[in-house]
Amino acid sequence: MIKTILGAVVLFAAIAFTAYLAFHYAPIEKTMGPIQKIFYLHLPSAFSSFIALGICFYANLRYVFTREAKWDWLGVSAAEVGLAFISVVLITGPIWAHPVWGIWWTWDARLTLTFVLWLLYTAYLLLRSMLEEPDKRALFSSLFGIFAFLDVPLVYFSIRWWRTQHPQPVILGGPGSGLDPRMRVSYLLVWAAFTGLLILLLNGRYKLEAMRASVEELRREAEVR
Amino acid sequence: MTPPSFSPTGIRFEKIDKRFGGLYALRRVSLEIAAGECVVFAGRNGSGKTTLLRIAARLSRPSSGTVSFVNSSGAASETPAAAGFVAHATMVYDELSAEENLLLFAKLQGIADPAARAEKLLREVGLEERRNSLVRTFSRGMRQRVAIARALLNEPAVILLDEPATGLDPQGVTWFAETLRGLRDSGRTLLMSLHGESEVSNLATRAIRLDAGAVVADTRTGANFRSILAFANA
Amino acid sequence: MALLSNTAVLLGKELRTEFRSRELLTTTVVFILTIVVLFSFTFDPSVTESRRFGPGLLWLTFLFAASLMLQPGFLREQNNDTLSALRLSVSDPFAIFLAKLAASAIFLLLTEMMMLPIFAVLYNVHILAVLPQLVLVFFLGSLGVAIPGTAFSAISAQARMRELMLPVLLLPLLTPVLIASTEATAALLSESPQLRVDWLGFLAGFDVVFLTALWLFGEYLLEE
Repeated sequence: MIKTILGAVVLFAAIAFTAYLAFHYAPIEKTMGPIQKIFYLHLPSAFSSFIALGICFYANLRYVFTREAKWDWLGVSAAEVGLAFISVVLITGPIWAHPVWGIWWTWDARLTLTFVLWLLYTAYLLLRSMLEEPDKRALFSSLFGIFAFLDVPLVYFSIRWWRTQHPQPVILGGPGSGLDPRMRVSYLLVWAAFTGLLILLLNGRYKLEAMRASVEELRREAEVR
Repeated sequence: MTPPSFSPTGIRFEKIDKRFGGLYALRRVSLEIAAGECVVFAGRNGSGKTTLLRIAARLSRPSSGTVSFVNSSGAASETPAAAGFVAHATMVYDELSAEENLLLFAKLQGIADPAARAEKLLREVGLEERRNSLVRTFSRGMRQRVAIARALLNEPAVILLDEPATGLDPQGVTWFAETLRGLRDSGRTLLMSLHGESEVSNLATRAIRLDAGAVVADTRTGANFRSILAFANA
Repeated sequence: MALLSNTAVLLGKELRTEFRSRELLTTTVVFILTIVVLFSFTFDPSVTESRRFGPGLLWLTFLFAASLMLQPGFLREQNNDTLSALRLSVSDPFAIFLAKLAASAIFLLLTEMMMLPIFAVLYNVHILAVLPQLVLVFFLGSLGVAIPGTAFSAISAQARMRELMLPVLLLPLLTPVLIASTEATAALLSESPQLRVDWLGFLAGFDVVFLTALWLFGEYLLEE
């Protein structure tokens, strides 16, 4: 308990520090202006979400082959946290696009992929709520999660090929495009802070799920008596 | 009477646990069923009878423990022996005829000359006349006959029946009891779950009571046959 | 080998059952026809417009139709618990999936072929010259829909809100199939028709990936 609170405090300080870096230390980008700084939120969120989804896939596989409940807990935690980060990506994208391009949304490859990912993992969570029996729920959502993850590279490639044939404005230029060293430092530190955030959120959600599972078990036992 | 085309087989349940979520449907069930025994399982709804039978049929896997088939020389094998399964659901297709159903399952099971086997079984269960009628048009009693025919396709040494007489009229029950008597007398091992005393339960050579997933009484260990069945619905 | 013969027997049963009642085929054709006609009210079906929107609308319609048509796949087997009978009879549970996905792909292809001439007439598109190539695209695309569709129908059959769950699970996953099939179809219906082998290869790859996944994980979908 103390460890979690301490971790949260440290993380809060770290994020506050990196936010300061992002806004004051890193220079303002030449062409886009201050709005570019949303990048410091957009990109690390995307990165964290990919890590979360990778963890979800691993947990899904482990569950199918071991049937240990803890892997199911990790899977749903990773999916939910991943979905939260994906939502951040989807919201910060248009917020950036509007002042720069004058449009809210564009079907550029990365955003489209992100949207499809959002749909897939929402479906994963929705499926869980539609399956009542805990073992079935864990097994079927794990199997769906595996299929969904296998789909991700296919979605990515198909959208990219499609988009190279019908060029659209690329919503965010590659991050490596002429980065000022102060920007690079800021990015790296924000990345680190976001990874810390990911771990903290995962940990909390996992513990919550573990508690839920034991409450459910107690309730079922009580019902039988 | 033609000699049996199966070898007598017993069943061994060793420390079977079955969990659904946090709930135990079966707890440390260990039973030895000898070849040729006719066993009736009694117990309330939810006592684990269906679960145990479905595990024996290999439809369900135990959370822990093993179920194995024991041949006449006592060797146990975990690979499924031919086992027939009859449940309350008929497990046949309404949209197909009786004959089509039997042909389908016979071919799937790789039976040599499926047409002949289907023909023979249709005759044995008295459905020759209605072989081309869709199962959808059958009465409950006739559907159970198709179900039994399906279960007997691969001439199983073991037959598992989960409350098979439910919904049958008195004539149907009598026919059923007669058929089971024939199967029992031919040396097959029968395991059935029933709801109480009837013509069918009278065929049994052993009765076992399950309660909350555990074996609580067994005629083999001295319990009274009638009392096990009498409390079936309690 | 046993897997193939089991699959053939089961496929025969699926086809025989459907052709007896033809309920799935007729309902699906009527559904697709309705959507295609309704869509024509949303834009002016001149030749250029049809070329732009036609393939996409066609494939989107097929996807919606498929997610309805795939529902009965495993739901039917809950009737009388015939699924248990199948599990007891077949040597490899993958045969059950293969038969069902093959049947679904065939039904889907049949409805698509029936729709094609009607679409060509309503939207003034020339299809005769490229018919064989179109069939190839439709075949690979239908497989792409049927393979995960069959897997998910086994899942949704046991979930609440199953009529909506199947499309929710399936449609996002089929994004690559939609893109690839639409592009390949559009290329064939364009002014200078060409066969996009790259997209066809991609579709084939998609089919292989999910067929393998189904082969690896199918038995767990049938567990009790």
